[in-house]
Amino acid sequence: MKPLDTGLELKSIRHSFDNREILKGVSIGAQAGELVCLLGSSGSGKSTLLRLAAGLEPIQEGKITIGGSLVAEPGFQLPPEKRGVGLMFQDFALFPHISVIQNVMFGLRHLSTQDAQARAVRLLERVGMADYQKAYPHTLSGGQQQRVALARALAPEPRVMLLDEPFSGLDTTLRAQVREETAHVLRERGVATLLVTHDPEEAMAMADRIKILGADGRLRQSGTPDEVYFRPADTFVAGLFGPINRLSGYVEHGYVPTPLGRVPAPGHPDGAPVQILVRPEGLKIGVAGGVLVDLISVRQLGVTKEITLRPCDDEVGLCPMQELYKARILGPMHPVAEGKHRVAIDPDLAFVFPG
Amino acid sequence: MSSQSVVHKGYLSSLRSRLHLDFWTFGSLLIALIVLLPIFAVFYLAMFPTENIWPHLISTVLPGYIKNTLWLMLGVCIGTFIIGTGTAWLVTMCRFPGRRVFEWALLIPLAMPAYVVAYVYTDLLNFSGPVQSLLRETFGWRTPRDYWFPNIRSLGGAISMMVLVLYPYVYLLSRSAFLEQSATMLEASRTLGCSTWQSFLRVGLPIARPSIVVGVVLALMEALNDFGTVDYFAVRTLTAGIFNVWFHMRNLGGGAQIAVVLLIFIVALILIERFARRKKRYHSSTRSIAPPRIHLTGWKAVAAIIACSLPILLGLIIPGAQLVAYSIKFYEASISAGFLTYAKNSLILSATAAVVAVTLGLFLAYAGRLGKGPFLASCLRLVSLGYAVPGAVLAVGILYPFGYFDNLLDAIMFERFGISTGLLFSGSMFILIYAYVARFLALSYGTVEAGLTRIRPNLDGAARTLGRSPSGVLRDVHVPILRGSLGTAAILVFVDTMKELPATLILRPFNFNTLATHVYQYAKDEQIEIAALGSLTIVLVGLIPTILLSYTISQSRSGGKNT
Repeated sequence: MKPLDTGLELKSIRHSFDNREILKGVSIGAQAGELVCLLGSSGSGKSTLLRLAAGLEPIQEGKITIGGSLVAEPGFQLPPEKRGVGLMFQDFALFPHISVIQNVMFGLRHLSTQDAQARAVRLLERVGMADYQKAYPHTLSGGQQQRVALARALAPEPRVMLLDEPFSGLDTTLRAQVREETAHVLRERGVATLLVTHDPEEAMAMADRIKILGADGRLRQSGTPDEVYFRPADTFVAGLFGPINRLSGYVEHGYVPTPLGRVPAPGHPDGAPVQILVRPEGLKIGVAGGVLVDLISVRQLGVTKEITLRPCDDEVGLCPMQELYKARILGPMHPVAEGKHRVAIDPDLAFVFPG
Repeated sequence: MSSQSVVHKGYLSSLRSRLHLDFWTFGSLLIALIVLLPIFAVFYLAMFPTENIWPHLISTVLPGYIKNTLWLMLGVCIGTFIIGTGTAWLVTMCRFPGRRVFEWALLIPLAMPAYVVAYVYTDLLNFSGPVQSLLRETFGWRTPRDYWFPNIRSLGGAISMMVLVLYPYVYLLSRSAFLEQSATMLEASRTLGCSTWQSFLRVGLPIARPSIVVGVVLALMEALNDFGTVDYFAVRTLTAGIFNVWFHMRNLGGGAQIAVVLLIFIVALILIERFARRKKRYHSSTRSIAPPRIHLTGWKAVAAIIACSLPILLGLIIPGAQLVAYSIKFYEASISAGFLTYAKNSLILSATAAVVAVTLGLFLAYAGRLGKGPFLASCLRLVSLGYAVPGAVLAVGILYPFGYFDNLLDAIMFERFGISTGLLFSGSMFILIYAYVARFLALSYGTVEAGLTRIRPNLDGAARTLGRSPSGVLRDVHVPILRGSLGTAAILVFVDTMKELPATLILRPFNFNTLATHVYQYAKDEQIEIAALGSLTIVLVGLIPTILLSYTISQSRSGGKNT
């Protein structure tokens, strides 16, 4: 891999707490102006990786460079205040004893008070918080605190920005909006950004590239949001983005017969046991020649409908107790009623893995 | 950048970052040594005395010291338990007129040093005092043979004095333990057929037991530390024994040996306390709805009021009133006896000790927050023990090493330069400050540390990434946020230094007096009225933290709303 001379790079990071290794050789980086999401379940060591990058945690194994120069390797540790890294926390970590503007000016000691003030005001304007300069953090709402925290982290013009679940404290309606604004500001400033989150939707919405960290402390996959969604590397990654239908079977002549129809399995030898994961929107309803199923319930979830269905045994339509599957369709386009229908699997949204 | 310069820079920075790490650990170690040096010195002296009188001590005075100490502890234990838990139960579980006032007022006697109370009660209750005079007048008695009156200057007297001012420890801890108990638990016991009283005995008390034990242990540690009372009442406890063997037998090694015996008592108490605290964690429930209060009426309400007023009356109002009366009547005499000088001395010493102790306490607490490994953690644990070491023990352990050092320095300087440095440290205020800091550092450390844990750790990370070094974070984030805790810590150390008697008596420079030693001296000469102004001052200063604490209690959830 060619070294990134414009951004942040962490190479082969290993890290243990109390003899339990939580990061096993993780490499991750972000170019200037690029937003990389590290997606993983809680306790998978995501935050540790950020703390290592910021210099808040001493490195044990591996190497970290910022803008091409070494900032940490075993035995060497550039202190956080020398790294030029911005860090935003889940709880925003605004200083409670000083006002909003003083918070933003906190990292600007190298400037004269006037310059610092001017820059802080500009940033507060940029995030729409200019009216709250004199306010104290505890008087602000969660979304306002988040924006102040962003302005504060951006004020010293860091080359690298680290975001530790910065939106999880916000309510859902606010989250999408603040997320978009934040990503916009960061890209506009050409900052190399590494964001950790456990929320796949957040990663999809924000990232240029997504890295997926497994619970075992290894990277499972890395790619664009499209790639990880449409070409997941394994069952773990496939299962990350919401509920998914799980089927299993054996390959016969390049296809796997399942209770929901045949699925092509290119590259898998005949007779091999396989697992098949089908996204809910990969079950097409009302396809001629499909498998007969019984739609047990149809629920409207906003714009989409969630459908619970059960395959029927034969053409007669006898439907014994069987496993239930979920389908999802765009609501208004397809008025669907409960009862017997034919379904087929969309091969693009069905992923076959060795079982 | 060439790879060589990277390596070079890496090496230098690594060295620096390691030194940087070490700055906090090293500093903490030094501070821990301040506390530990006296204890080491005491053990050294006890093991290698110049003239070994241990066999002599064992065959003569030591059994008596131990016996008296045990009786004192037993008495203080029972007394503080009954008064402390009894009143705490009344104010948390019952409803009666004046309950809310009692809730905070019961704490105030804590401001009274036991020795001051002892002096006042002796004055009131001895043969020529107002109480006995009144009795004689009323019944026409003339001599002590005509009637029986308890001798206040006795073991029982000492126990009573200490119980009067130490029960608030038990009150404080058992009160909060009772408050923590969820209402449903007591209600459950009621529905299962226990009366209110049985519920208290079978549910309330056992659940609060760990907290009560902690409170009693704290009271006992104070009792072991006391010198003024037992000295005045001539009760030969271990603490009094240290003074006796050292000053009257002129045997420092023997004093140290008794100090070690006293330390064994202290260690036992610490172990009990640790054990109780560990249990406390399992017992306390996170939920806390104020328990239902039993409405007391008629004679029951009167009895509750009397039970709660008596400790306040005896521990605070009677001795306080007497001090006020004497202070006014003998104001001129007190001033001419040097009150202002002693007050100034006390002020300077207490303020200096407070500043030093808070600074070092802040250093330690922040070092602990930076969290540099198990070695530092054990340093911090050791420092917390300093408070448990009685002042007399500490003084023995301080005077010896510094006296040794002074003599050595003096000899060297005289030999080389013909200058006599004299008692550079041991004859100056330095050694007093040292003793106060060693003893009260735990207090300031604990207070500051509690404040620090309330600051979210992410604030440190935020400040670091915004360009602050660890000490910059301390200066720009923690210190401003901690102002309240730092102030509290300073007040606590200030007040305790002002009250401190045994270490001050031993370590003060020749002819140097603080308010505490001044009061001690005049009381010893049966002139308590002249020392009343000094005593009153100590009490009034001691009221500050007590009132602060009372205020927090009266503002707390249950005290504030539920009446």
